[in-house]
Amino acid sequence: MELTGIASYLISFLTFAGVYAVLALGLNMQWGFTGQFNIGVAGFFAVGAYTSAILTTPSSPAYLGGFGMPFLVGLAGAVIASTLLGLIVGLITARLRTDYLAIASIGIAEMVRLFVKNEDWLTNGVRGIAGIERPFADTVLDNPFVYLVIVALFVAGVYFLVQRAYASPWGRVLRAIRENEPATAAAGKSIAGFRLQAFVLGSAIMGLGGGLYAHFFGFLSPEAFMPLYGTFLVWVMLIAGGSGNNRGAILGAIVVWGVWSGTELLTGMLPSEHATQGAALRVLLIGVLLQVILVTRPEGILPEKPPKLIAKKR
Amino acid sequence: MTDILQLLIYGLVLGSVLTMGAIGVSMIFGILRFAHFAHGDFMTLGAYLGLSFISAFGLSSWWALPAAMVGMAVIAVFIDQVLYRRIRRTQPVILLIASFGMALILRSLVQLIWGSDNQTYASGIQFPWQLDWLGGMRLKPDHLWIMLISLGLVAGVHLFLTRTRLGKAMRAMSDNMDLALVSGIPAERVIMVTWVIGGALAGAAGVFLGIDTRLHPVMGWTTLLPVFAAAILGGIGRPYGAIAGGMIIGVSMEMSTLLIPAAYKPAVAFAIMVGMLILRPQGIFKGTV
Repeated sequence: MELTGIASYLISFLTFAGVYAVLALGLNMQWGFTGQFNIGVAGFFAVGAYTSAILTTPSSPAYLGGFGMPFLVGLAGAVIASTLLGLIVGLITARLRTDYLAIASIGIAEMVRLFVKNEDWLTNGVRGIAGIERPFADTVLDNPFVYLVIVALFVAGVYFLVQRAYASPWGRVLRAIRENEPATAAAGKSIAGFRLQAFVLGSAIMGLGGGLYAHFFGFLSPEAFMPLYGTFLVWVMLIAGGSGNNRGAILGAIVVWGVWSGTELLTGMLPSEHATQGAALRVLLIGVLLQVILVTRPEGILPEKPPKLIAKKR
Repeated sequence: MTDILQLLIYGLVLGSVLTMGAIGVSMIFGILRFAHFAHGDFMTLGAYLGLSFISAFGLSSWWALPAAMVGMAVIAVFIDQVLYRRIRRTQPVILLIASFGMALILRSLVQLIWGSDNQTYASGIQFPWQLDWLGGMRLKPDHLWIMLISLGLVAGVHLFLTRTRLGKAMRAMSDNMDLALVSGIPAERVIMVTWVIGGALAGAAGVFLGIDTRLHPVMGWTTLLPVFAAAILGGIGRPYGAIAGGMIIGVSMEMSTLLIPAAYKPAVAFAIMVGMLILRPQGIFKGTV
């Protein structure tokens, strides 16, 4: 009994860490590679999660749904929806300074949450959408461990793709934009074009993370997409792990999710009348952790290692 | 017609709150070159400092204002010295991340100390004046005071920026950082004064918001987006623009309730901001792009 309890905790822990790893990899494409400051991760996460939920759930009078599509179609829908949202935000901000992207992206995330909260016909508002099924519903394969394997496969797939992108000439231009924009522009590269591509790709990956989350948790409500869970934790993960480094993004997701769940075990021991204080204390600790990392080790646990340039033989 | 006048008053009150926040955001951006994401939570903390002060000494609600302004000026300088100063030399965007983290730290501190329930400065209903010569429009004394005091504070900031050496130094740094630094401007002192003014005005905004509505740990966070919208609209880095931006955003948000559900008020601020970013990113008063 004890052992299965630990095993199921571990499976749930790793699945959450995997979902966050996907989000952190998406953010790394935007911030780590290109230096684009998106603090609206929660918005893309939410759009992905709700799209997949609406596409796959059985019909309900309370909200839009009843398409009953398979899991993979839901995920594809999640990616397409977040890509479109990324395109809209990107087109507005690609030529502007980083701070404007930050402000616009946080606005988008708040608008998405406001919309999800108020448009009951679409999302069932604050009551949320329940009963989102895992893949292979009603078969032997419908269990948390199989889903962990699926999430792990997606993390591996996204990692492979972004790693290839990082080492490619395309990734080199992104890093050049991040390090020295005027010089890159002088070399004839379209700054706004490359920025937009990276932003949209990152947003698409975040949407995938949202879809994976929806089918794991089985229930969605606007609460889950508060800036704290949807955006802030992802940022702490990427910074702690090492922005610019894809392995760092994954490691950061596991470590910070560990710290975050670990503090829940601790505050869970507090008497129930202090539950809200406990929650605030956890946020405080994570916030202080971020500041300590920024001051003492801004490059993170695994600093970025740009691939070595191979000199051409004459 | 009376409805519109009534909404105009609400809009000007909200505009006063937004202006108090937007001047600080704009100044900090002009001097330190980063968007200060903890500004909304400065407002929240200021409002709660005021609450503790008036309940500790049993004073009337308006005493919250000086307490919040002084308290937040001190706290803003303290946060700058302890955290922001250490990372100022790195990229500005690292400061932005730090301020985002600081926002959450302050909000969770407010929750830890004061709890997460709604609170008010004073209980009881305030009787508004009925202005018959304006078609029976109602005006609450509190609203009139909020508008008058913020007008006074704006005038104070104006006098500081135009009449004092430090104020002129601040404008010079905001206009051309390199030129200002070579001409021997005391940068550290200017930065400190920027935090004093930004913090004090954020504290005032928080108290106004608390008097107008109620105190809640996310009150400032939900006001942050309209505050940024006001700063961008006026031209970021331009304190005078912040006033115009604050009033336009405040009035548009309240007027919008004639047409769309009130829940979407923040969306109005956001839409104006996005429109501005597309059409004229430097804002009305030509800020930094």
